[in-house]
Amino acid sequence: MIHTDICIIGAGPVGLFAVFEAGLLKMRCHLIDALPVVGGQLAEIYPQKPIYDIPGAPAIIAEDLVNNLMRQIEEFKPGFTLGERVEALEKQDDGSFIVRTNEGTGVHCQVVVIAAGLGSFEPRKPAVEQLEYFEGKGVHYMVKKPEQFRNRKVVLAGGGDSALDWTIFLADVAERVTLVHRGDTFRGAPDSAEKVYELAGKGKIDLILQSQVNKLGGNGVLKEVSVLGNDKSLITIPTDDFIPLFGLSPKLGPIADWNLGVEKSAVVVDTFDYSTNVERIYAIGDINTYPGKLKLILCGFHEAAIMMQSAFKYVYPDQKLSFKYTTVNGVNPF
Amino acid sequence: MINIFIENDLGERQALEVPTDMGFNLMELLKAYEYDIQATCGGMALCATCHIEVLEGKENLPESNDQELDTLDTLPNADANSRLSCQLRPSPAMDGLVFRLKALQEA
Repeated sequence: MIHTDICIIGAGPVGLFAVFEAGLLKMRCHLIDALPVVGGQLAEIYPQKPIYDIPGAPAIIAEDLVNNLMRQIEEFKPGFTLGERVEALEKQDDGSFIVRTNEGTGVHCQVVVIAAGLGSFEPRKPAVEQLEYFEGKGVHYMVKKPEQFRNRKVVLAGGGDSALDWTIFLADVAERVTLVHRGDTFRGAPDSAEKVYELAGKGKIDLILQSQVNKLGGNGVLKEVSVLGNDKSLITIPTDDFIPLFGLSPKLGPIADWNLGVEKSAVVVDTFDYSTNVERIYAIGDINTYPGKLKLILCGFHEAAIMMQSAFKYVYPDQKLSFKYTTVNGVNPF
Repeated sequence: MINIFIENDLGERQALEVPTDMGFNLMELLKAYEYDIQATCGGMALCATCHIEVLEGKENLPESNDQELDTLDTLPNADANSRLSCQLRPSPAMDGLVFRLKALQEA
């Protein structure tokens, strides 16, 4: 069990800055994110795009903003649980919470801050018969450990960079790699597309274009995929693993079931301190809603500062909070 | 002002009155009409959460740019009639357009 003062669900820019505001008040934080890296939308959707409305930064690349935020909170030594999705909140008798993830990680904390943006990013699933049945039995939505595919027959599907990159990588690892793509050209990085065509030309991989995987088969574990061509032709390919790579899509997920006020996929908060209708749970950034809400990173930063002042009373119930500027006190690391 | 139509799963069509002089793209317009689309990236053709299927009037739309095609390529159910509504700016040529909101089925 991990013990901390504040558990922050979501390691996007607002969740990261909340660590800084908590740190100024001597409160320790642990962050949980479903993505394997910090940065949220900035890392997943637009890492190379410039952002123009961060105060003091006329233009900053999204990835650089994430890196700067990480540097800014370094001294407060936050803990991170990445690549795991928060599943449950358990209220304790003393008012504190245990936050649990799908991988069994537990975080005990005095205050929960939901900074989950649009929710957790989950793999886009293609419409393939028996897909969910074979999850964990041969269907993978990401390649976590490439070695697990050594000497196995692997079918990948998709036309983006992930599909191209993993096809190239697994060509040297797996016994046989097949890439299925619904189009007849790839729009991923030209170098990668060229390499895939080259591997196919040399017979090192099988490339099936203008086709889609439409059905999976097997006896308990995956044994074969059916591939339907745009010309209605149908072929069956023996395989051990099927990896559909169609990117990620945000979903609100279990937050919707926590009896918080949810309107249009956002958590209703009190603008006095961005608290939810459940004591000790706050929501900041794109996940919350209130009259006049603007989904801007800078608004999330403001909300983080306000809510941490409010959360102080739960972490230090016997102390009086006195507001101090960083220009007076500086930043005092843990 | 033009009229475009959204078809739901039952085949029913709702007409939307669309101004062509206000600088809205189709995604922003759908949000203004309170359709529950996420439009996560705010119109950068990056997130694909404003995916539509054009049923009628495709020939009157401008060609997709590379960014839009790249993003559509990441969708498992995109086809030749797929567009991202954030990349379409209503113009008189789009009068009578009929489409379906595929992003809602994907959510």
